[in-house]
Amino acid sequence: MKKPVKSEEELGWKDIEVGCTVSDAGNAAQYRTGDWRSTRPVWDHTRCVKCGVCYIFCPDSAVRKNEEGYFEADLFYCKGCGICAQECITACIKMVEEAEE
Amino acid sequence: MESLNVYASRLVTKREHFAPGHRACQGCAEALAVRLVAKALGQNVVVASATGCMEIISTPFPFTNWRVPWIHVAFENAAAVATGAEGAYRALVRKGALPEKGTVFLGMGGDGGTSDIGLQALSGAFERGHRFIYVCYDNEAYMNTGVQRSSGTPFGASTTTSPAGKLKAGQVTWKKNMPEIAAAHGIPYVATACSSYPFDLMKKVEKAAKAGGPAYIHILSVCPTGWGLPSEKAIWIGRLAVETGVFPLYEVEQGRYRITVDVPAQRPVGDYLKPQGRFRHLTPEIVEQIQTRVTAEWEKLRAKTAL
Repeated sequence: MKKPVKSEEELGWKDIEVGCTVSDAGNAAQYRTGDWRSTRPVWDHTRCVKCGVCYIFCPDSAVRKNEEGYFEADLFYCKGCGICAQECITACIKMVEEAEE
Repeated sequence: MESLNVYASRLVTKREHFAPGHRACQGCAEALAVRLVAKALGQNVVVASATGCMEIISTPFPFTNWRVPWIHVAFENAAAVATGAEGAYRALVRKGALPEKGTVFLGMGGDGGTSDIGLQALSGAFERGHRFIYVCYDNEAYMNTGVQRSSGTPFGASTTTSPAGKLKAGQVTWKKNMPEIAAAHGIPYVATACSSYPFDLMKKVEKAAKAGGPAYIHILSVCPTGWGLPSEKAIWIGRLAVETGVFPLYEVEQGRYRITVDVPAQRPVGDYLKPQGRFRHLTPEIVEQIQTRVTAEWEKLRAKTAL
């Protein structure tokens, strides 16, 4: 990802490459899907065995390992589907309601 | 990789070739399947994708989720374009214009793009014997346009074009057996997989990449939106599909059948049908009819593995 992607309104014909190709591979990683979420996963580290089942089953690749080896959700991408909480072997993930800001 | 080990997830590569930030629905197991396939194939791959959910959600212009070369093609010719790219690559390698780097060519489409619209291009590609993989992400209807029936829709499922009502209980035909059609071409590798069994899926994709000829993988991808399920149940219902025998996981290597996830004691199909909104209207008689069919299909498959 080199340059930020322009929004549809800003995008002019000079910005479009020949054949409407997109040469900036994986630039959708700039796109926030976290604001779709109504519930958020929270890990209970006293019961987490760091197995990574939440990581392998996340459809949004939003579960990452932190420095301590625990897994946590990247809330920029997490859509709050709840698969991690459902599949967790020790049931240490809980879905918490997102509060109004 | 031991598929039963709880810690197996930690051995999987951390690199994501299918970037996050895609616009699939919450709990989309099809996006998960794409992510796992991309992980298994790595960086050295060229993808041709038919129209469908996975094209819509991963590449709304000017974004792309793919970190590998990716071509969008029409509904009917994903296999033709993948094999065309493969043919061009082999020709350039033969002439010395490109180094041989063992690039993998992947064609992909949904159940509509594979078993309805793209079938003749796919059949032709299998027959010509190109070294490529075709992956079908089967969510059992045309989901991206709002749940219309396809030939991959199972018997009894209610969709917007096969609605359940007083006269008919949803879809009136049985699901087209696409893996068997692929196997009938006599290609080196055919497999069925499900995103609820990620290590089994990735192992099959790696095998397909090394098959040395056309390979076909049929992945059951649960669609919580179209199937009438809460988003967190997507993995759970995929596992039930395998445990009830509705979607057996097997592979056909050089004509030899092998069941990869064996289910010695099958659960009744009702366990799989009941939680889903699209099967809500089914009467016990129809469930019994489906059970008979599932058992018969399973026996047929068992007989083939014994050969």
